[in-house]
Amino acid sequence: MTPKTRDAATAQKDDSQLRQKEMIAAHYSRLARTHETGERSVYTFVPGNLTELIRNFDLLPVLPEINALQSAMRGKSKEYIAAAEREGHSEDVCTYVKCDVGMKRAGNVGPTGERLPDPDLLLLSYTGCFTFMKWFEILKREYDCPVTMLHVPYQGEGEITKSMRDYVVEQIKKKVIPALEKASGKKYDEDKLKEQLRRSAQAEDDLVAVLESAKHKPSPIDAYFGGVYYIGPIFTAFRGTQDAVDYYRLLRAETEEAVRAGRGPITPSGELKEEKYRLVVEGPPNWTNFRQFWEMFVDEGAVCVASTYTKVGGVYDAGFRHDPDRPLESLAEYCLGCYTNLNLPSRVEMLERYVREYQADGLLINSIKSCNSFSAGQLMILREIEERTGVPGGFVESDLVDPRYFSGANIKNRLESYFQMIEQKRQGVTA
Amino acid sequence: MTSQSIAALVESANQLYRDYDFTSVKEWKARTGGLAIGFMPIYVPRELLHAQGCLPVGVMGGGDDLEIIRGDAYYQSYICHIPRSTIELGLGGKLDCLDGMLFPAICDVIRNLSGMWKLEFPGKLSRYLDVPQDFEDDMGGVFYRAELEELSADLARRGARPYDAEALRTSIAVYNRLSALVRELYQLRRDEPWLVPTAELYCLLRAATIWPVEDAILHLETYRDLVRADASRQPMDQARVILAGSFCEQPPLGLIKTLERSGCYIVDDDFVQVHRWLVQPVSTAGDPLDALVSAFLHHAMDSPTRYCGEATKGVELVQRVAAAAAEGVLLCAPSFCDPALLDQPMAVDALEAAGVPWTAFKYAENNGQFQVIREQAGTFADSIKLWSGV
Repeated sequence: MTPKTRDAATAQKDDSQLRQKEMIAAHYSRLARTHETGERSVYTFVPGNLTELIRNFDLLPVLPEINALQSAMRGKSKEYIAAAEREGHSEDVCTYVKCDVGMKRAGNVGPTGERLPDPDLLLLSYTGCFTFMKWFEILKREYDCPVTMLHVPYQGEGEITKSMRDYVVEQIKKKVIPALEKASGKKYDEDKLKEQLRRSAQAEDDLVAVLESAKHKPSPIDAYFGGVYYIGPIFTAFRGTQDAVDYYRLLRAETEEAVRAGRGPITPSGELKEEKYRLVVEGPPNWTNFRQFWEMFVDEGAVCVASTYTKVGGVYDAGFRHDPDRPLESLAEYCLGCYTNLNLPSRVEMLERYVREYQADGLLINSIKSCNSFSAGQLMILREIEERTGVPGGFVESDLVDPRYFSGANIKNRLESYFQMIEQKRQGVTA
Repeated sequence: MTSQSIAALVESANQLYRDYDFTSVKEWKARTGGLAIGFMPIYVPRELLHAQGCLPVGVMGGGDDLEIIRGDAYYQSYICHIPRSTIELGLGGKLDCLDGMLFPAICDVIRNLSGMWKLEFPGKLSRYLDVPQDFEDDMGGVFYRAELEELSADLARRGARPYDAEALRTSIAVYNRLSALVRELYQLRRDEPWLVPTAELYCLLRAATIWPVEDAILHLETYRDLVRADASRQPMDQARVILAGSFCEQPPLGLIKTLERSGCYIVDDDFVQVHRWLVQPVSTAGDPLDALVSAFLHHAMDSPTRYCGEATKGVELVQRVAAAAAEGVLLCAPSFCDPALLDQPMAVDALEAAGVPWTAFKYAENNGQFQVIREQAGTFADSIKLWSGV
């Protein structure tokens, strides 16, 4: 196959994609101007983020994971990671953390090229990832600001118990809200929070409609590579805002139009005209070579119809909605329900459901070297799904933001072999 | 005679913890009819298991004795070794004698292993033991008590004796005795490290995770009395070091011996912390479950697996250096161990600020070659003896 030549200028984008790009750029720009505006910021994490609550106090959220992946997409992560490793951070550990440390050393410059503010509060939402705790212990030494821990118990038994929910609610009431009040100088406003949560639920309805549109054939969306754009606003700074409501309404309308027109997803190479393979994908994407990775799928006519990565910031398609009538309980349930906070059997059940409901041809796992929360157990997940559904599993390895662990030729070879396997299985079935 | 007795006791402990058929556990079950419950590092409330008539059994990987065949098919190369040897033990039927497994909240790998265990061994009790990272009685304490109550109920459903407060009080007293003995041995090693070689102490501590607690107490008392009486153990010119970072996946015994032979007295370490996790005796007054909860919240060891809160990371290690009159620190972490390795830069900063010499290396539980580490540790010990205080 002759490699296609593409460049960024030719990449086709939906209106919604442009809209979300503007929203995120405006947010970073607002962050960069805090020294002029006096606005204050809270660093926190995507899984179990309390965006509505943070914004209830007119504080601005900053997500270090997002900064790290943005750094990778801008080609900066390699030098940032190297800087952290020179300081003694092990080559074995999470590259998001090292990228963040290196970014701080380089002046904490965000994706728009402007300096991000130091945090007024580190809100450690300890949800579904052990490294989060260490990460903010490391950042605590970097910044002269308070740290508040919200410990979200793991769903070890596959359910949310009353004691788990009560524990999280009590921490929100007694620790998180007072810390936010102190950081902002403002009082907690529950009526405002209810309004925010109402808007959250509205946006969540539309997001689910978008994600579930992939059940159509052809799928109008790519729920992994495209999916990371779709989840951007709701996973980061915008949940509970009117901007998010408007964005998801626009995205849903575009998607419904694509379904009516029988169009495939928009990819970096334009619309995918022929859907040859429908895949469910487990694991985060690689960010250093995001577009190259996506194009390996596009070249083969493969569409990702469902993914677990797009559930790290909430499992809305499983029915969860923020509930304005139970504001703090609802926030607690949100935190408890994020994908990486589910136990292995629950993750397997979710993937099995995706394979069946989305009529997938296979499960592909992108196993990330530096993310044990996702990766430990994935080989077993692969075998379980193969046994339960009969679809073939594929397995590739890369990293989040460390380019040293992205071997394009190796991944492409594996993907090509995997698609051949699916093809052979099809022929076997039809023979 | 004393030396021979010590050697025999240590060897029996060595044989016991490296018996991956868990013969002694099978014998205990045949004798008592009780449930045997495996647990992984670092800490589980063994008092509760004991009070309900169960035998807590430490499952701390396969060391360097176990050939990994199926375990490697469960884990990518960039994941630490202990989960693959643990699953190897399970798949090989070695853990069939266990009626359940507890997976304490250490890191994401052990956390996910708890779910893998549920899928692979659906007939067995398999519980992730979540522990609070909030240490307030009315928040983390309430949550942790509920976790313990659920564990207790789970054990009873599997055939253990139902929860009984008086029985728990008695068990707390027994484990307090064990912890006090272990602390006494650690103190003895700090005071006179030539009396308590770490390779010996380590074998006893490992075996003490498998022996019934009453037997463990007897064996440790015997060891303490024997080493105190052994006049052949005389001081040598070794560097006093703390070994930090080996709290989950345990190093092979050969590595510990190598460090001692390279010129180090290990005067404090992170091995087999379950015996020392609670740094004070647990109260035997009042509600015993509340006492266990309170001890966990307020009197637990500092650990990379425990949120440091307002404390400054690394300070506790520097304090341990002072308490043990150590001359240096060996940062000795398993490869790919998130808690240990993510902590390491903070530990290094604190050590350097305090002027404490350190060196770092990694291992896996199945390492068989120690020459490089021997040279590194030997050079480190030499540098301390030659240059410290100059």
